[in-house]
Amino acid sequence: MYNETVMEHFTNPRNVGEIEDADGIGEVGSPQCGDIMKIFLKVEDNIIKDIKFKTFGCASAIASSSIMTDMVKGKTIEEALALTNKDVVDALGGLPKPKVHCSVLAEEAIRSAIEDYKKKMK
Amino acid sequence: MTKRRVYVDNSATTPVHPQVLEEMLPFFNENFGNPSSVHSFGRQAKKAMDKARERVAVALGAKTEEIFFTGSGTEADNWAVKGVALANKDKGNHIITTKIEHHALLHTCEYLEKHGFEVTYLDVDEYGLISLKQLEEAIKDSTILISIMFANNEIGTIQPIGEAARIAKEKEIYFHTDSVQAMGNVKIDVKELGVDLLSISGHKIMGPKGIGVLYIRKGVRLDNLIHGGAQERRRRPGTENVAAVVGMGKAAQLATENLEQHIRDMTSLRDKLINGIYERIPHVKLNGHPTERLANNVNFSFEFIEGEALLLSLDMVGIAASSGSACTSGSLDPSHVLMAIGLSHEIAHGSLRLSLGEINTDEDVEYILEQLPPIVERLRSLSPLFKQCEGGKVSV
Ligand SMILES: Cc1ncc(COP(=O)(O)O)c(C=O)c1O
Ligand SMILES: [Zn+2]
Repeated sequence: MYNETVMEHFTNPRNVGEIEDADGIGEVGSPQCGDIMKIFLKVEDNIIKDIKFKTFGCASAIASSSIMTDMVKGKTIEEALALTNKDVVDALGGLPKPKVHCSVLAEEAIRSAIEDYKKKMK
Repeated sequence: MTKRRVYVDNSATTPVHPQVLEEMLPFFNENFGNPSSVHSFGRQAKKAMDKARERVAVALGAKTEEIFFTGSGTEADNWAVKGVALANKDKGNHIITTKIEHHALLHTCEYLEKHGFEVTYLDVDEYGLISLKQLEEAIKDSTILISIMFANNEIGTIQPIGEAARIAKEKEIYFHTDSVQAMGNVKIDVKELGVDLLSISGHKIMGPKGIGVLYIRKGVRLDNLIHGGAQERRRRPGTENVAAVVGMGKAAQLATENLEQHIRDMTSLRDKLINGIYERIPHVKLNGHPTERLANNVNFSFEFIEGEALLLSLDMVGIAASSGSACTSGSLDPSHVLMAIGLSHEIAHGSLRLSLGEINTDEDVEYILEQLPPIVERLRSLSPLFKQCEGGKVSV
């Protein structure tokens, strides 16, 4: 059902955890739809220095969270905001069609965390 | 090293019993005749059909002329409900069923609603049991059929079918029960139960896939679902799947002959699994009834984690199970059964069904109890819903 990249990120997810003094926190999803993603950011000079996630959800949601955190780490805020759901799915080498919706949260989560960061900066 | 494989998805399907397979094999290429043919090839096939029908009749406590072979359990359910609805629409248009039926029944009822029938879906309590009082209250002058599943495929709850059938009989309403999961796990005697129609399926009882049976009590008025030739006494036309019919007959025979031993064995494995999970894993909930449940059904919700992730992780260590999570169903909602027993979405998403069968052993249960706790712990460590407090205590 899932390809090797997805299974690899599901079994060995990168950047799992929380950041206590995070500069931005994003939480998206709901128990209703079965997936909740929480993202913690550490930002320095407009660059994402550190990122951690916690996800309640299926393998597709967990793998998407994992690869997304890898993709935006070390990037500028603008670069991170440009990340789309398609980028995440492509990086995973594709997802089964009914599982694509579970990966949308990754894009939403990073945006929400950056929004929170910007709010805190003001 | 070959990886250990443990199949605990016997409510989805079972392997064909070696004795069943052995009896089936000659009917593919040796005794391949069409049972409708007059010649010796045909007569041979016809004889095998008769023997299979006799075996199913004995297994269910029915007469042979009350046994009709269908192409699946789904077809038997469709036939019972649509057949009664169409044949009795001069009497009324109201059907009573439950919220926790298999889709074979629910979607059939939804279809009939689009065609002018009215359906009442009975609630169930937190254990999955219907209320006989609610059933009685739901009956109207226009009620023509009551269909209540014998045992639920997800949570294993066994309904009081005898009592429900008695209520139907008093009001002269036809009573059908989907016994696909009950067959082989519960004693079934159609006369004792007093049911008019009863469905079973081959592949849940170590028979082949693509074969079912509808028991139709003599005298019950129902239309054909399929029209064509003279097979099954004109009521279910189509050249018979003889090998599958033979397999169904043998499987039904084995299921009833070994019933008591099977129930003892399954109950012992089931309770070992249930107690073992309770002992080893915190924040779990057993779904279904504590005692009125199928001997082979275990269904737990694991708080803070999602079922599909759990299934995949188990699959990686060779354990085959199933879940009521939305992410395994291809829809956005978790199983209608788990919703009907009042679980929150979150808890329903974290459900795991382990359904036991003849092929399972004590070692299988021990293997599951060894593998499951670290998997649950790992997924919980990824979950934002789960927080480990200081002092090792867990909070949400
Ligand atoms: C309760 C119940 N009814 C009906 C069916 C359908 O049977 P079949 O697979 O033979 O169509 C199943 C099998 O999933 C079932 O569990
Ligand atoms: Zn999902």
